[in-house]
Amino acid sequence: MTITFRNETFRDDFTFRNSLYNIRRFPFPFDRDEYMYSVNMEPHVRGKKDSVFENLIDVDEHYVAEMLDRALVLKEDPLRCQALPHMMAAQWDTLELLMEHQAQDYSEHFTLTKNGDRWRWINRPMGIDDTFTFGDPSTLPYPPMEYITRQAQGDFCIVDQRDNNLWMDAGMVTTQADWSLDFDIGMNFMEWHGPVPLAHQIGVFDRALKFLLNLQQGKPTRRLNWTMTVNPRLDTSPENYHKWGPDRATVTPENVGEKMHLRVELQSLWRLPRSNAILFVIRCYLISFNELVTVPKWGRRLPRVLKSLPPEIVDYKGLTRNRPIMLDWLEKYDDGSPTSPGIFPD
Amino acid sequence: MLVAGIKSRPEYKGLDVDAHAKRHLFVLEGEGAQALIDQVGAKGRDFLAKSEILYLAAAAAPKAYDVALSALSPDVFWHAPTLQPLLFRLRACLDLARMGTRLYIAGTEGFIGQIMQVAMEYGIDYHSIHTEHRGSAARRVQCVHCKGITDNVTTSPFACTHCGLPLLVRDHYSRRLGAFQGVNIDAEEPGTAPAPEEMFP
Repeated sequence: MTITFRNETFRDDFTFRNSLYNIRRFPFPFDRDEYMYSVNMEPHVRGKKDSVFENLIDVDEHYVAEMLDRALVLKEDPLRCQALPHMMAAQWDTLELLMEHQAQDYSEHFTLTKNGDRWRWINRPMGIDDTFTFGDPSTLPYPPMEYITRQAQGDFCIVDQRDNNLWMDAGMVTTQADWSLDFDIGMNFMEWHGPVPLAHQIGVFDRALKFLLNLQQGKPTRRLNWTMTVNPRLDTSPENYHKWGPDRATVTPENVGEKMHLRVELQSLWRLPRSNAILFVIRCYLISFNELVTVPKWGRRLPRVLKSLPPEIVDYKGLTRNRPIMLDWLEKYDDGSPTSPGIFPD
Repeated sequence: MLVAGIKSRPEYKGLDVDAHAKRHLFVLEGEGAQALIDQVGAKGRDFLAKSEILYLAAAAAPKAYDVALSALSPDVFWHAPTLQPLLFRLRACLDLARMGTRLYIAGTEGFIGQIMQVAMEYGIDYHSIHTEHRGSAARRVQCVHCKGITDNVTTSPFACTHCGLPLLVRDHYSRRLGAFQGVNIDAEEPGTAPAPEEMFP
């Protein structure tokens, strides 16, 4: 299928919008009317046609605009992309995985041709046609992870596995929900999750770590995570919090439908073949409340979920200030009818 | 005492002189001198002949721990005037260090963090380093916005000494940076930062 890429922005004038097609395929993260942390992992296998699960590395109408936004972030702050020296094999693994998936599932847009170690990569939407030697970083204009993740939607962390733990040792992080790669790089699984409330106590991270240490090659896994963002801003980094924080004070009952966005991360985890590291893809999807309530099931469910949240989660996700305005507005779309199980529209 | 339960902060389990080490390198700051003196009390003086002590008096200068440490007659005792030459000397020690050398660090948290950074550059596994917190609970904090580091922060919020933003000190610690994370506290409504509160005396 040929995708029509939108010309839009995630900053300043915020012209980002979802097409009707894209609204229907949004990964709504709530499969029931309440929410609590859990190890909500499932096999990352192909799902319904016209959903974000149709292909395992999803490319959508926002691709080109997201890559332009990433390039802007990196110009301002090169520390958003870092890799510790022992991660080079994992960088090549990552390049291979992303090129193969994009070329296989979006052949109109991407082509990968291999002639031994001599590879040719064509990215038509971005006007790239490069030939390079796999395994030789000097033949690419950037180190391999940076090269390919400037051409793939989502944030990417590569975690090394040693001492029965996972270590955040490389990443490209420009569309994050308020965490800093520069601060967290080199930390182990428990350390980088340190600030998350409640989940440590109920054993979520112990179980998740045990599960991930046993992740097998060819059997990726996934989960959804979510928060809310005022304006369709991809770069909600702590580095720039003093720049985007004031947005939170601009929400009113009149503009909440347009300004407030549900931000969903489709996180997928892949065992890498050469390095035995894990590629952690954190793909961010944004949808405004106005767009979201066009799906009646989601309009009913979201206010119910928001109402049931424990206060620690409200605080951690930065929802405290605007929750009353959100609830007042959303509750108009809840007629009290029961909702069907699962995340997909009826 | 330091607050417990911060997952990303190293545990400072205390100096415990390793009887099997071929050489002991003690890097001590301020009240950290007492941690070594206590070990001599508990374990006897035998290890001192194989010990090198680098000491920075810092805030504890009036207590003259340097006299007490020197009087222990270790193989080497060196008294640093400030942190910078101490780090320089430490690098020289680690350049020459042999297999079987055990590293011990005691003092304030910011000091421990900076010494561990150097040790990790030299490939020492941080698990193998003995550390003991002594003295003030002041924190070393990195501003997440400008990346500038401020030493000896005792309040939250505090004004970043580099960019001036009022920063909340989070309970999130980076071993790589040897610092806690500071995040602008009044980003949503600039000018509304609460008064600094003494949190880390």
